[in-house]
Amino acid sequence: MTDRMLHMYRQMLAIRLFEERVNDLYTRALMPGLAHLYIGEEAVAVGVCEALRRDDYITSTHRGHGHCLAKGAVPDLMFAELLGKKAGYCKGKGGSMHIADPDTGNLGANAIVGGSAALAAGAAFSSKYLKLDRVVACFFGEGALGQGVLYESMNLAQLWKLPIVYVCENNQYNEYTHFSETTAGDIIARPSAFGLAVASVDGQDVRAVYDTTAPLVERARKGDGPAFLLCNTYRFRGHHVGDISRDYYRAKHEEQRWTSERDPLAILGAHLLEQQAADRAALDRMAAELTAQMDAAMQWAIDAPYPSPDEVTEDVYA
Amino acid sequence: MSKELSYLEAIREALLEEMRRDPKVFVLGEDVGAYGGAFGVTQGLYDEFGEMRVIDTPISESAIVGVSIGAALRGYRPVAEMQFADFISCAFDQIVNQAATLRYRYGGRASVPIVVRAPSGGNVGGGLYHSQNPEAWFIHRPGLKVVAPSTAYDAKGLLKAAIRDDNPVIYFEHKYLYRRAKGPVPEGDEIVPIGVAATRREGNDATLLTYGAMVAPSLEAADRLSKEGVEVDVIDLRTLLPYDKAAIFASLEKTNRVLVVHEDVKTLGIGSEISAVIMEERFDTLDAPVMRVTYPDTHPPFSHVLEGANLPNADKITGALRRLAAY
Ligand SMILES: Cc1ncc(C[n+]2csc(CCOP(=O)(O)OP(=O)(O)O)c2C)c(N)n1
Repeated sequence: MTDRMLHMYRQMLAIRLFEERVNDLYTRALMPGLAHLYIGEEAVAVGVCEALRRDDYITSTHRGHGHCLAKGAVPDLMFAELLGKKAGYCKGKGGSMHIADPDTGNLGANAIVGGSAALAAGAAFSSKYLKLDRVVACFFGEGALGQGVLYESMNLAQLWKLPIVYVCENNQYNEYTHFSETTAGDIIARPSAFGLAVASVDGQDVRAVYDTTAPLVERARKGDGPAFLLCNTYRFRGHHVGDISRDYYRAKHEEQRWTSERDPLAILGAHLLEQQAADRAALDRMAAELTAQMDAAMQWAIDAPYPSPDEVTEDVYA
Repeated sequence: MSKELSYLEAIREALLEEMRRDPKVFVLGEDVGAYGGAFGVTQGLYDEFGEMRVIDTPISESAIVGVSIGAALRGYRPVAEMQFADFISCAFDQIVNQAATLRYRYGGRASVPIVVRAPSGGNVGGGLYHSQNPEAWFIHRPGLKVVAPSTAYDAKGLLKAAIRDDNPVIYFEHKYLYRRAKGPVPEGDEIVPIGVAATRREGNDATLLTYGAMVAPSLEAADRLSKEGVEVDVIDLRTLLPYDKAAIFASLEKTNRVLVVHEDVKTLGIGSEISAVIMEERFDTLDAPVMRVTYPDTHPPFSHVLEGANLPNADKITGALRRLAAY
């Protein structure tokens, strides 16, 4: 368990450091497009992916950097993609919101809200059909609860007993609107109505996320059908990097409470120290090492070449 | 014409005026209420008209359009906002199967006066799902009208016309123009009629047909050609369905040469249709094949290097005009 906790700490810290650099690249105008940071939600991606095997699958969202890294993506190729470089995971064609990496089972981030809901069920169907015991974790924000395709997907998944875990990251806001204004009734009652196994968890506590996910994944792996995991979390930053003045949709003190009391890294860090699973010096060493790695990855991506313009028509067809 | 507005402000002003004029007009979409929309188009409307007429919705494009259709059947004039045109495909069935056909299905006994606003277009580093120009999908559907303004004036005037129109109108507003295009706007009850093109520059040597964000680089290219002694008639289509055939033919009759420029992909973009109609109906007037400058048949890539080099621009249009004039 100690190894696992340290591994999860390391993964969360890697995501945090990655995202801080994304923020930096964006504000220095080195990164075009939009950047949706995952800071504050790291425990969800890490706790869920910790319960997966490398050959399991995930689908991700516009806020996907954390999912991709947690599933095993390497930061240099991620940075390169974010900067539109040829060496990036998608040759610069996808960008921040569309990182995909078949090698690590990442079937793709997707900037269409709810865009992966049915694809994930299709991947789960393939596992079942091919009698492979691979599970799919389908990440989506609570905003995707507004998209009908999610319900079509859950219905099929239950009818066909597919090995899929729907992971709803409720970070409280669909862009600039509190979810309670867009979501009727009880979220968990929706998958329950289809007969999915359901659970909800404190999404800031990575140990709880892992402990809750693991049995749902194993259940799916054994062929006992799909599950729905509701993770209650919070995005510490804006909807995207440019969303600076947030006062009118959420109060400063609310943000302060989450960042000071509910930081997933601080929560696990405190636990590790308390359990004497690590000492401060060891955690600092880990941070220094990861910081150096991230800086090197970012610099490598900054120096990497762009694709050539004629590549724009490549990869349209197989 | 005293004041000047940005293209974005012009859209907002059209909404404001139409909502004041007609209590049956309301707007709905994701974060359009107190927040004022992802691009700020609906800012201020919520304060004036309140939550029953400036309605925040869940992220449910299909229902946003469907609800609009239902309200329109009962005499309302909803203006539905898609946050980006790229998400209009999530509402595709509601638009093409429901809205477009409803009047026909009812044997003419009902109409669907909705407007679907769709912020479209590239050159904003948005990548695959924040850059598309999906107008041609809707031009292919009888029963719909499709407009795509290029100036602040038309942005306001066409939106007012669209809201007053008794048919479903898909209104493509180009994101690149939001803050870059500025100018006078119609005042009072003036509108810009749907189905009427505008000549932006006159010339007798070649006709250039375009719309939206491609008007500006087209005019730049026409200016360059003018220095070379070639005068180009630049026509801003403004409405893509029904497009202004009379204006196209009138220009063609003086110039005998046509170039179509659009940011949409080439295959079955509106250039294809216009070219075919000219072949069918005005073959004898042509001195050169109809030519096109478009985005290639591919997707909007994230990398600005890939996108920038492949969007139509003044250089590409200039080259095509030279070939056309020399043909
Ligand atoms: C189909 C679709 N509609 C609208 C959008 C615009 N949009 C991007 S993110 C977002 C909010 C998503 O909220 P949520 O799913 O809760 O994820 P979060 O951003 O909070 O992580 C919206 C409306 C989109 N990307 N796709």
